[in-house]
Amino acid sequence: MAITENIIGTLPDERGHFGPYGGLFVSETLMEPLEELRAAYNHYMADENFLKELDEDLANYVGRPSPIYHARRWSEQLGGAQIYLKREDLNHTGAHKVNNTVGQALLARHMGKRRIIAETGAGQHGVASATVAARLGLECVVYMGAVDIIRQEANVYRMRLLGAEVRAVESGSKTLKDALNEAMRDWVTNVDNTFYIIGTVAGPHPYPAMVRDFQSIIGREARTQMLHQAGRQPDALVACVGGGSNAIGLFYPYLDDQAVAIYGVEAAGNGLETGQHAAPLCAGKPGVLHGNRTYLMEDADGQIIETHSISAGLDYPGVGPEHAWLKDSGRANYVAVTDDQALAAFHDLTRIEGIIPALESSHALAYASQLATTMRPDQIILVNLSGRGDKDMHTVAAREGIHL
Amino acid sequence: MSLISRKFAHLKAQGKKALIPFITAGDPIPEITVDLMHDLVAAGADLIELGVPFSDPMADGPVIQRASERALEYHVSLRDVLDMVSQFRQLDIETPVILMGYLNPIEVMGYEHFADRAADAGVDGLLIVDIPPEEGEELQRIFKAQSIDQIFLVAPTSTPDRIQRICDVSGGFVYYVSVKGVTGANHLDLSSMEHKLAEIRSRTDLPVGVGFGIKDAQTAAAVSRLADAVVVGSALVSRIEALADEPEKIGASLREVISSMRQAMDKVD
Ligand SMILES: Cc1ncc(COP(=O)(O)O)c(C=O)c1O
Repeated sequence: MAITENIIGTLPDERGHFGPYGGLFVSETLMEPLEELRAAYNHYMADENFLKELDEDLANYVGRPSPIYHARRWSEQLGGAQIYLKREDLNHTGAHKVNNTVGQALLARHMGKRRIIAETGAGQHGVASATVAARLGLECVVYMGAVDIIRQEANVYRMRLLGAEVRAVESGSKTLKDALNEAMRDWVTNVDNTFYIIGTVAGPHPYPAMVRDFQSIIGREARTQMLHQAGRQPDALVACVGGGSNAIGLFYPYLDDQAVAIYGVEAAGNGLETGQHAAPLCAGKPGVLHGNRTYLMEDADGQIIETHSISAGLDYPGVGPEHAWLKDSGRANYVAVTDDQALAAFHDLTRIEGIIPALESSHALAYASQLATTMRPDQIILVNLSGRGDKDMHTVAAREGIHL
Repeated sequence: MSLISRKFAHLKAQGKKALIPFITAGDPIPEITVDLMHDLVAAGADLIELGVPFSDPMADGPVIQRASERALEYHVSLRDVLDMVSQFRQLDIETPVILMGYLNPIEVMGYEHFADRAADAGVDGLLIVDIPPEEGEELQRIFKAQSIDQIFLVAPTSTPDRIQRICDVSGGFVYYVSVKGVTGANHLDLSSMEHKLAEIRSRTDLPVGVGFGIKDAQTAAAVSRLADAVVVGSALVSRIEALADEPEKIGASLREVISSMRQAMDKVD
């Protein structure tokens, strides 16, 4: 299906549908709170004071705009297209996640909710939530799978330092999807005083649209910066896709530029052929989970299956419904790279450019390095460097047999 | 008239309220589910709610989550659950059976295919937790064609407009969730329930059932004073859990709770 019309501003529909995807698949208790959230969100996004406050927070607290950096040495060694990096790793707390938590926490405060809850996988969203909660003096509870608590222990400690309570989730596969289930259960129980900050473009409407809008600052800045620094827009965009928030943040403002190719990179884990991966768009089927219809990793009975990725932040069996729609419509391409390929890119960027990327972002880098070699040196790839790798020191070291 | 509606009409004529136990199919082992269903009926259950195991039971508390996990260790699928209903129907054609679960296993089977098979198996009603009326129009049409009652939840947070909308599409009965929270919560608030039930009754002639938070004969009796049906889940499932290693004892244990609830409810005048 070729897209000829403009996409920006047309999706989702009133009830959160991106074509057949998205929507509102929750139990009745949450229908009214979600409606209240939708109404508040629409109200405040048209409120000048709110937007001014948000802009100031993004500038002075997060440190925006994040720079764009031309990775000249790496591009030269690859011998293909020029690779530019959108440096979300330089944000306060070290990843793009904070763009969204600053926005949602501000909304929580304006809605009079004094308690915030969040789910986290890698811990980046948990840290970003705990951070804004500390700053606004809000109570904060973060749900995290027991398995993730072990592989991201530094972030667990950071959240606790920031005053958040980290609750280990022992159900199911004990990873991100189970943390999301548990956060939903908390929300349904404490809905009167609690705001649930979802960390990616998943969940029931209005979350996928709201998180996209907060993250779109990435792509809006990039459009201005690229013109300034390269004199033109890139030929291709590349971002990793867990739930898909950093990716949609970069992609969204470019959707109507048909000349810009778009690549979302999923985690192929041990390889798509092994079944041990986290690539629902590349290897899954549509279904319903966590409040929306989207591509999922599921078995023949419709049970959600366990995912595998070296990066906890990509270890999620679903994906934001807008990506499902972008895939089917053909506007974006979705590919996958393995743990080993991501690790190789992690080391390359570290050694060649002096930037230690998050393992999540390393997936985008790995694909960009393949793509670059198929392109000419006068072409440009813009990669979303969604986060920094400090949190991954233990994982990478352990993989190399070193104990820190 | 559907089997569920006939059952409620029959109970009403006798001046009785419906007792609806919930167990998860396949918990703790698939072989005993059908026997447990017969045990429940023998002890005084009027309808049975059978949970379809799901990997991500977002609306359930820890007790029913673990029931799903136990059943999934045996890979109990939607197809298996339908087989259990057919088997139950070989001996009991009078007790309505309602499947309760999440949408995804039904999506994967395909709505039409599922509805055909459910009707063949003898399923009378369906309660899908994560599909509000707004998202379910296609399903509603398909179930209607198979005369399967679709049961919807009303929550403490439901506004009058939503209650109306839910009543308009509900079949069998309307299910009021007595607490803000997940299954197994226990802070039943009878006065706010009374208020909400009146609101529901002003909008529909369907019977109204109440579930979530009913844990013993006393609460069952108290709720049955206000509602047409009492749904008991976690109180039964925690007994199943406690006896998971001695499944042969589960039937007697469930019969004991159900008959105590039955007696307490029937004493209410
Ligand atoms: C640095 C980084 N990048 C990417 C992701 C994946 O999330 P999303 O796909 O929503 O951007 C995470 C999640 O924790 C992350 O920490």
